[in-house]
Amino acid sequence: MFNWLTQVANVTLFGLRTIPERKGAAITAAVGIAGVVAVFVGVLSIAEGFRAAMTVKGSDDVAIILRKGADNEMTSILTREDVRVISDAPGVARSNDGPLTSGELFVIINLPKRSTRTDANVPFRGVGAAALAVRGDIKIIEGRKFEPGRSEVIVGTGAARSFEGLDVGNKIRLGQNVWDVVGIFSGGGGAAESELWTDAAILQAAYKRGESFQSVCARLTSPEAFGQFKDSLTSNPQLKVKPLRQREFLAEQSNMLTSFIRTIGFLIAVLMGLGALFGALNTMYSAIAARTREIATLRALGFGASPVVLSVMLESLALALIGGIVGAAAAYFAFDGFKAATINWQTFSQIAFAFTVTPQLLVVAIIWAVCIGLLGGLFPAIRAARLPIAAALRET
Amino acid sequence: MKFLALIRSNLKRKKLRTALTILSILVAFMLYGLLCTVKEALTGGVAMAGADRLIVRHKVSLIMTLPEAYKRRMEQIPGVDAAVHFTWFNGIYQGESKNFFGSFPTEPDAFLDMYPEYVLPADQKKAWKKTRNGAIVGRSLVNRFHWKIGDHIPLVSPIWPRKGDGAWDFEIVGIYDATKKAVDTSAFYFRYDYFDEGRAFAQGTVGWYGVRVKDPNRAAEIATAIDNEFANSAAETKAEPEGAFMQSFAKQIGDIGTILVAILSAVFFTILLVAGNTMAQSVRERTEELGVLKAMGFSSQLVLVLVLVESCLIALVGGLVGLGLAWAIAARGSPVPNMLPLFYLPHRYLTIGFGLVVALGIVAGIVPAIQAMRLQIAVALRRHG
Repeated sequence: MFNWLTQVANVTLFGLRTIPERKGAAITAAVGIAGVVAVFVGVLSIAEGFRAAMTVKGSDDVAIILRKGADNEMTSILTREDVRVISDAPGVARSNDGPLTSGELFVIINLPKRSTRTDANVPFRGVGAAALAVRGDIKIIEGRKFEPGRSEVIVGTGAARSFEGLDVGNKIRLGQNVWDVVGIFSGGGGAAESELWTDAAILQAAYKRGESFQSVCARLTSPEAFGQFKDSLTSNPQLKVKPLRQREFLAEQSNMLTSFIRTIGFLIAVLMGLGALFGALNTMYSAIAARTREIATLRALGFGASPVVLSVMLESLALALIGGIVGAAAAYFAFDGFKAATINWQTFSQIAFAFTVTPQLLVVAIIWAVCIGLLGGLFPAIRAARLPIAAALRET
Repeated sequence: MKFLALIRSNLKRKKLRTALTILSILVAFMLYGLLCTVKEALTGGVAMAGADRLIVRHKVSLIMTLPEAYKRRMEQIPGVDAAVHFTWFNGIYQGESKNFFGSFPTEPDAFLDMYPEYVLPADQKKAWKKTRNGAIVGRSLVNRFHWKIGDHIPLVSPIWPRKGDGAWDFEIVGIYDATKKAVDTSAFYFRYDYFDEGRAFAQGTVGWYGVRVKDPNRAAEIATAIDNEFANSAAETKAEPEGAFMQSFAKQIGDIGTILVAILSAVFFTILLVAGNTMAQSVRERTEELGVLKAMGFSSQLVLVLVLVESCLIALVGGLVGLGLAWAIAARGSPVPNMLPLFYLPHRYLTIGFGLVVALGIVAGIVPAIQAMRLQIAVALRRHG
């Protein structure tokens, strides 16, 4: 056994030492694999970032209540009475000022995007007085909160970055209404950062919505209280509502785009993987061809077939690993944290997010590279082991 | 021609390598084809926009409604030929949001008149005007759900519940086709009168208007005239040429589209680099042989041509099959019909692809070919490959 291992080590070292002699082919193979890994990580980091923006900050002790049958806030409608009943439901957390709930209104406005200067759909939300306390992760980072009863808005950091005119002190004109931008808020990277917020009562008046709301956001006493809260709402004959945990709700709002990007990402990764596999096979076959005599000499000296197979595989693996690590590092530096915005068709509005290269993604990408390396080495390795020794020794 | 045998045996000397190179070029061009298809799908619609048409929508946002009465007021503005309205219905089929397709109430005559790129047989048009709950459905949507004329389609709209139980029933009375491939046929149109009478609230309002102007050159001017007409009213409008509207709509996808295209291009060029390098290497290995050919009296130009033809042949086989595969995949229809309804590979991209194939063959072959041409016989013969 020990002898066998020494053989493998010797033959492998021998092979690796000859790489500088055929560096063109070796670099080509590694570059091909690095490209695959970089692209794989790059595309999927879009999906990850988007999902993160939608869900990471969704907490389990915050519930969103929509009308029964509605998939999103835009198609939901709740009355003032509904909001009152929901606020009094068991399981809702309370502060000194009353229940921690916020009746909300969600409309879409047009604002020009900074990057293209064309109109984009921006979500504009009317919230209740307790909205900041309900969500828990909203912080005013510039300016101040809007005053209830006045046409003032606060803007999420993502929206402020992506759309023109959303700076503190500016006025924005929407139809017949003029709004003062008084503050910028962060929401821990979540979806709220893409939105504009104002007092729900003012938004109702501006958009002639009477006393109707579209959703209620409620803080629960604990994540476990959701069951009780949900049961009391769904069994209440006065209400026709659908309570969801915030995390579930946000995940539902993004599944179409996330699965779309994932599908495309995997398709590209598979095709590109094939391309790289052919490249790796080519490299390893020509490496074997160039070393025919060496290998035959080793075999004649008494080295077994399996150490030769293993050494070829290890060499291909080494190239793939180097390529994979270089590609993963390149993708990490190029894509991680890259800020972008796109439209989410499910909410018909823009969402700002940052590309996110997760460690999990890097691991999967490197496994992918290793698979390409192993496959790319396997067939050439078998050929190397099967070389008829006598004929190969005679080869020039 | 007589040198074809020579080229063939050169290609066959390392069959495996030739095959692998061809395969990786094939993959690269398949990716290229799919990339162009996705790009077209993301920016689709811009190309089909009519130069003589405007879109008029609520100034604040597309989700706000306009009065139906604007139609007559717009048609009185000088330069406006006709106006037709649409409303976003958001019909949900079988209660599944993944079954999404665009569904809009509109006015049959005005609609078919304004959009000549949609073709509906005359008898089906007559049937649509006779059937109050009649709907016409695009060819690609019909194929997606295997519907046929006479089918009853129940839709539920979360925005527009019907008076009573809220559910709507439509009968398919026509299937429309498009005059051009670039025209999307994945929408579902039905009659506004049926819709307006049945909806529970907001009677007399519509989503947006399509407006045809008499002179396309005056489109921008007329758009301003329309906006002025409704300025300072409760529902101000924003009118813009159809092309500009579609473009800004497509741009909303924004960075994602650009990034996908950038990444795919990176993939494409990486694979080409790898394949090109292999092709160049296979010529370099044969320096000695090329020396022999020249010693036998082959001219330098002939050697150059032989090497170039060989690399172009490899590129052509791989590239054309790859483009063909991409075309075949695109022709099978969209894998995500609810997100990218328009899915096809335009001919202009096939032409560009062909150009790239030839360019690859020449670029990969030219350096070794020139080296081969300049090769001094004595040096080449002394070299051991």
